[in-house]
Amino acid sequence: MNIAAVRSDFPILSREVSGKPLVYLDNGATTQKPRAVIDKISHFFEYENSNIHRGVHYLSMDATDQYDRARVRLAKMINAPEEREVLFVRGTTEAINLVTSSYGTRLQQGDEILLTLMEHHANIVPWQLLAEKRGLVIQVAGITEKGELDLDDFAAKLNSRTKVAAFTHVSNALGTINPVKEMTRLAKEQGAMVLVDGAQAVPHLCVDVQDIGCDFYAFSSHKMFGPDGVGVLWGKEKLLSSMPPYQGGGDMIEQVSFEKTTFRGIPERFEAGTPNISGAIGLGAAVDYLNGIGHAEIESYEKELLDYAGAAMGEIEGLTIHGTAEDKVGVISFTLAGIHPHDIGTILDTEGVAIRAGHHCAQPLMDHLKVSGTARASFAFYNTTQEADSLVAAICKVQKMFA
Amino acid sequence: MDDLSDLYQDIILSHNKHPHNEGELDPHTGEAEGFNPLCGDRLKVYLRQAEQGKGNVEAVTFTGEGCAISKASASIMTSAVKGLSADEIEAKVAEVVDLLTDQDEPEIDLMTMGDLAALAGVRKFPARIKCATLAWHALLAALKDEASVSTEAAKK
Ligand SMILES: Cc1ncc(COP(=O)(O)O)c(C=O)c1O
Repeated sequence: MNIAAVRSDFPILSREVSGKPLVYLDNGATTQKPRAVIDKISHFFEYENSNIHRGVHYLSMDATDQYDRARVRLAKMINAPEEREVLFVRGTTEAINLVTSSYGTRLQQGDEILLTLMEHHANIVPWQLLAEKRGLVIQVAGITEKGELDLDDFAAKLNSRTKVAAFTHVSNALGTINPVKEMTRLAKEQGAMVLVDGAQAVPHLCVDVQDIGCDFYAFSSHKMFGPDGVGVLWGKEKLLSSMPPYQGGGDMIEQVSFEKTTFRGIPERFEAGTPNISGAIGLGAAVDYLNGIGHAEIESYEKELLDYAGAAMGEIEGLTIHGTAEDKVGVISFTLAGIHPHDIGTILDTEGVAIRAGHHCAQPLMDHLKVSGTARASFAFYNTTQEADSLVAAICKVQKMFA
Repeated sequence: MDDLSDLYQDIILSHNKHPHNEGELDPHTGEAEGFNPLCGDRLKVYLRQAEQGKGNVEAVTFTGEGCAISKASASIMTSAVKGLSADEIEAKVAEVVDLLTDQDEPEIDLMTMGDLAALAGVRKFPARIKCATLAWHALLAALKDEASVSTEAAKK
């Protein structure tokens, strides 16, 4: 990978913060956007803007066509059997809420939902709301010392009452890559529906939903170099087609009268109202951009970067890395003895180093780790080993200030 | 001094390392937990009056996990409000919130403000202002013996 060329694709990476070159290591929160995505969206608004599915005029047909082609790109990216199984939603959070609201109507009192200890709040709270409404029981699979899923515990907590297993592909707080294929197989043996939260997986890994075997796969555009406010819920055609609508409105209906309304098939049934058209098209451009670099290239470069940064940080006395799974992406969650993550974040910021400090929307995991929060450096393929050095130097400055 | 050394002045760092009045207060007449949902920090403030809601505050202590700013602010607070009446405490809290958030550069009188003045360094770090106000909001809640207060419920 030509890192200099890649970096020049991302305009923001050449700016300064606090008078220092920006070292952006908060990719777990959101990723930066390549010129190709920014230009695609500007071009859309400058030359092509129109509503979709509604006009007989040229612009509307063109916008509809582009929106549909973005869907095709996303279906290909995750190897979905059919394009119409790809629903455009607001992001991972909405994708999961769509499933709990719509699929959730078939769950009954006493049914069990199996989650894991490393879930983001987005894959906890919607299930809790549903559980409260329908009298469901939430089970939680634990993790090991290294921050890997405890697969035995996961298997032990599955039973004939388990109707849903919902888990993250990659932990946003630990970087752990879960054995989602095996987890899906185990859950399916018990007849459970399987939802995988792919928010932190798609920016790093090549995802194949058919290979995983899950029923739903959710992710956000903004975490994979696309614009914010758009994302994808992929679901198996058979399931989606049998599910009631999530929101009602325009574009999702066949016939409306005040006596009875009939609904369209998928994906339209789940895309009520005018969607984020420019967002979906921008996301399509992000997929093209990633394909241009190649997932294999990205994975191997990021692995090098993670090994380098992990080793350098491991040398720092008083620094603990939380999450040392064998299989992990470029996320390094850490704490410094006697120094609160918030203070680390502020001091790093004055060195131009952007990281996240806090609970990472994973409070149950933080409680388990017995920390109030961690500092998290999360890498993308446009980061460099020099930036890892800057991070290490800035951490040493923190320690000096607090010595 | 640059902004960062304004924020992490020696006074702040020393209160962080050796906080005053840390621990539960026994007996106490009021207690409240301050919670910052954005970072997950929690501080609990205890105080003692002759009777709940009556008389000057004889002692204030705090417990909990927090960043250097919230811990130092809590530590400074426990000394700053000791012996004050409820009204005086409300005025003091307003003074501190103003010091941290007022549009205009505050006038700092080291003689009357003492260690409180060190909190002014937080002004340049908007993301950290709620760390500094956390203990003070908890103190007000403890005066009323309300169980808890969240920085996201408080206006500042
Ligand atoms: C693992 C995981 N799931 C879900 C989400 C929620 O994504 P969004 O806020 O884009 O809906 C995030 C974002 O932080 C995440 O990291």
